[in-house]
Amino acid sequence: MMRFMLPLVAFLVLAVFLYIGLGLNPHEVPSPLIGKPAPAFTLPQLHEPAMQFSSQDMLGKVWLLNVWASWCVSCREEHPVLVALARQNIVPVYGLDYKDKREDGEAWLARGGDPYVLSLSDAEGRVGIDYGVYGVPETYVIDKQGVIQYKEIGPITPQKLKEKILPLVAQLQAK
Amino acid sequence: MKRILILLLCLMPVFALAGEAKDIAEDPVLEKRMIGLAERLRCLVCQNESLASSHADLAEDLRREVREQMKKGMSDQQIIDYLVARYGDFVLYDPPLKSYTMLLWGGPFLLFLAGGAGLFYQLRKRRESVPEPELTSEAEQRAAALLNGDKET
Repeated sequence: MMRFMLPLVAFLVLAVFLYIGLGLNPHEVPSPLIGKPAPAFTLPQLHEPAMQFSSQDMLGKVWLLNVWASWCVSCREEHPVLVALARQNIVPVYGLDYKDKREDGEAWLARGGDPYVLSLSDAEGRVGIDYGVYGVPETYVIDKQGVIQYKEIGPITPQKLKEKILPLVAQLQAK
Repeated sequence: MKRILILLLCLMPVFALAGEAKDIAEDPVLEKRMIGLAERLRCLVCQNESLASSHADLAEDLRREVREQMKKGMSDQQIIDYLVARYGDFVLYDPPLKSYTMLLWGGPFLLFLAGGAGLFYQLRKRRESVPEPELTSEAEQRAAALLNGDKET
């Protein structure tokens, strides 16, 4: 009996691990920045390049930093969700136009609607590197103290917004 | 015509030589050091390629970043720390020994020990199950004679 049980148990354990592995997304690399102060940056605004925006201006507010680009396909999927969120006026969303040409970015927002309080132009992707961006879209939830509390990799879906992001935002705003 | 075509087809791989992703290098020594370091780092976009060989946009940016930091005089370790602070241990091909990587590092030894213990146990069980053959006194005498080198009668 033992002769058959042992390989069977070993097989079942392996099968369970492999099954769990199937459901994991290897592209979701946990960010080491969660719980750390958001890297400070100063960038020109997308619509008005002469105007600078500093992340320090956001201290005292809970805000979302959404990394997007006109060349990003998944951003198209996410965009209507952000536009709907912006209409609700719950939390300010700032856009980081990542490695994009200014005209392309502006044209993209003109076409799909602009959900952002402000969009910042990170043409060389340096701020992106500071934030550990490796796949667009990515969204950071930053609290009043300027600490990154959450990072969403990939497009925000209405479900993720309802179940994860908005409850977290409400909790952070209440603090 | 057909032969020429075949010849050309045979030559195809020569043109398909793919090298490492190239960047404009003004400083070959620095470039070599950068590539050496980048080979130990993983590209986050095409996850099974190193930062040195990847053609992804992000990999190019990160190579630029590494190059610039080297020019600033930062050590390899400082640059690795810089990247780990942003992208996590995932960028390292050589995972560090930490509480949650214990199983990764210790696992093979555990398996080795378990296998060794199993083998030891099995061999001992087998030895117990094969009894020493009992000899009759006659056979014993014959064996003794053979071993002593006497000729069999």
